[in-house]
Amino acid sequence: MSTAIDAAQIRGLTQELLAAHPPATTGRADFLAARFDAGLAWVHYPVGLGGLDAPRSLQPVVDAELAAADAPDNDPRRIGIGLGMAAPTILGYGTEEQKARFLRPLWIGEEVWCQLFSEPGAGSDLAALGTRAVRDGDDWVVDGQKVWTSSAHVARWAILIARTDPDVPKHRGISYFICDMTDPGVEVRPLRQITGEAEFNEVFLTGVRIPDSRRLGPVGDGWKVAQTTLMNERVSIGGARIPREGGMIGTVAKTWREQPALRTHDLHQRLLTLWVEAEVARLTGERLRQQLVAGQPGPEGSGMKLAFARLNQEISGLEVELLGDEGLLYGDWTMRRPELVDFTGRDAGYRYLRSKGNSIEGGTSEVLLNIVAERVLGLPVEPRNDKDVAWKDLAR
Amino acid sequence: MTAQTEAAQAPDLLYSEAEEDLRSAVRSLLADRADAPTVIAGIESDTPYDLRLWESLAAGIGAAGLLVPEKLGGQGATHREAAVVLEELGRSVAPAPFLTSAVVATEILLALGAQDGPAAELLGELASGRRTAVLALPFATPPADGAGAMTGTLERTVTGVAEAAAADVLLVPTAEGLYAVEAGADGVTVEPLVALDLTRPLATVTLAGATGTRLAEAGPAAEAVGRGLLAGAGLLASEQLGLAEWCLTETVRHTRERHQFNRPVGSFQSLKHRMAQLWLEVVSARAAARNAADALATGSPDAPLAVAVAQAYCSRVAVHAAEECVQLHGGIGMTWEHPAHLYLKRAKADSIAYGTAGRHRASVAGLVELPAP
Repeated sequence: MSTAIDAAQIRGLTQELLAAHPPATTGRADFLAARFDAGLAWVHYPVGLGGLDAPRSLQPVVDAELAAADAPDNDPRRIGIGLGMAAPTILGYGTEEQKARFLRPLWIGEEVWCQLFSEPGAGSDLAALGTRAVRDGDDWVVDGQKVWTSSAHVARWAILIARTDPDVPKHRGISYFICDMTDPGVEVRPLRQITGEAEFNEVFLTGVRIPDSRRLGPVGDGWKVAQTTLMNERVSIGGARIPREGGMIGTVAKTWREQPALRTHDLHQRLLTLWVEAEVARLTGERLRQQLVAGQPGPEGSGMKLAFARLNQEISGLEVELLGDEGLLYGDWTMRRPELVDFTGRDAGYRYLRSKGNSIEGGTSEVLLNIVAERVLGLPVEPRNDKDVAWKDLAR
Repeated sequence: MTAQTEAAQAPDLLYSEAEEDLRSAVRSLLADRADAPTVIAGIESDTPYDLRLWESLAAGIGAAGLLVPEKLGGQGATHREAAVVLEELGRSVAPAPFLTSAVVATEILLALGAQDGPAAELLGELASGRRTAVLALPFATPPADGAGAMTGTLERTVTGVAEAAAADVLLVPTAEGLYAVEAGADGVTVEPLVALDLTRPLATVTLAGATGTRLAEAGPAAEAVGRGLLAGAGLLASEQLGLAEWCLTETVRHTRERHQFNRPVGSFQSLKHRMAQLWLEVVSARAAARNAADALATGSPDAPLAVAVAQAYCSRVAVHAAEECVQLHGGIGMTWEHPAHLYLKRAKADSIAYGTAGRHRASVAGLVELPAP
């Protein structure tokens, strides 16, 4: 931190932005662009890249001022992958040209990003991926298949990891690229899910040419770069304060209050237990938020996803039972292509089915428990037999 | 609602620097004077309480008077600081009448609001740690039953009173009001019971022809007793948190060191996942316990709900942590020499103290309007 900017100064700059570009009379895109250029997009980013080199803990000051002024936001749900994963990786490993080219349209929401990581044969064991990138002059030629790609059908850019050296152990022969989703050879197919929707995609890459100038980080070091992405995947929590009954528990509590005829003693006990757990999870998130604001981030973030996944599943399961006759119905099995991930929308049956993904997407609960055990508690890793074997010699 | 008012209303769930200093002082005292072998030796002796330990904690650190205003002889601190002391006492399971005397009895006397007279005088004595007092109700009494306790006369038998055997004064609720009865006076018998929790003794209190000083009439006394039980239940969550943390820390330590099948048992995924799950529960219990302590400290109207949520959650976490601690220590966990059993016994007893999780869930149901069928 070169200049010690404080909360009062940040608040002053935010008020200047609001005065120069009143939200009531400024177009949404113009306001967001002005906010980026004022360094108030993500204040901890460098000057010129949407930030002010300020402590991250000052971001809530800006957000609160802008929310109070009813300023437009950049729809973080729609551009979540870009904001949460692509941006910190580009900031950490990108060239100056890459940072200047990609961060502004990413933050403003002009360009949506997706993530080409998971493969049919490499999910939790991500480093086992088999998509190949072969050097050809100034380009890399990429062939392979990715899966579980949310937003691929609306994305302009993708962060991509591919194998550039099959002769070394699996973690070492990976490189990290920025893939243009409009290039020939990129084919996006809807992947219909348990809910009937196609919120995710399969992406087939056939002879896709990516210029070397769109590589992030050194050749063969992509796994290390990907760690930055993955670490940031679950850190985005901590911004907004959630009200009591703010999540899925609110829906089921409302049904309980409004429909006395559905109540049974068994469901009452389960509802109360889950209500308490949801309230405690909310408080745990609030405590984590306070730690971040105080500049003392704790490892609790890795636990929050585990808690919310389990709670969402149990609460939505209870809701279907509570609804009885209505719980036997399902709103609509028509295949849709939603632009947003929506855990709580639609009906109880949808919520129940969609929540099954919460313990799989963004790292399975089992993988997260390993991370907590090893990185937070310091428990020893399990012995493994793939560390010193060349990727091409691993059983597949 | 502006950001400022929202911030003012949000509970402070972190620890202040002063609270961390207090924690260090209490922790180092307990490490010195109440390590596991000392506690085990103590419970097998005739005097479960190490009075010199209580003296150091009460007078040396000033723990006994944390909740009492300075002008009445106390430290003028809050429930937040008292909660930190209880975290450390839970971590060491040292027998000390902090929860019963310095929290519950003290809170009742404070709630009576007396600036002078016998209640204020007793408060000063409790704050200095020279004397201790307990509420003469069963340890299992939930806050919701506080008002209903104002029945009967001074002729009575109360069973399962926590830490009565070491108390100087009994606070006795009757239909006529709340009485302070000297434990050593004529007509008072305190008969120790064999308790599940070896580190927090229980006794049967029998009053036959005893006399006492009336501190308050039944109406205000009922409110004060309810308030005392609410503080007890709310801060018990911090004891449960400290206890659970000790269990997790020791289990991690043990499973990292213990080798079976030619590797540390802590490297097996099935065990790692259980400990990671426990960590998540402990982290969550901390948020719930801090929320309860902060709500009590600030006199928030949210305090009854914060306490009910904390008790409904933290008692299960403490029992789970202690049960996992015994299981993951294997055969060692079943022995008398290893302190794990002290924590299991304390955790299970704590899950009944000041109301079971089920009783607190029933309170939640009432407070947030999720009525039973």
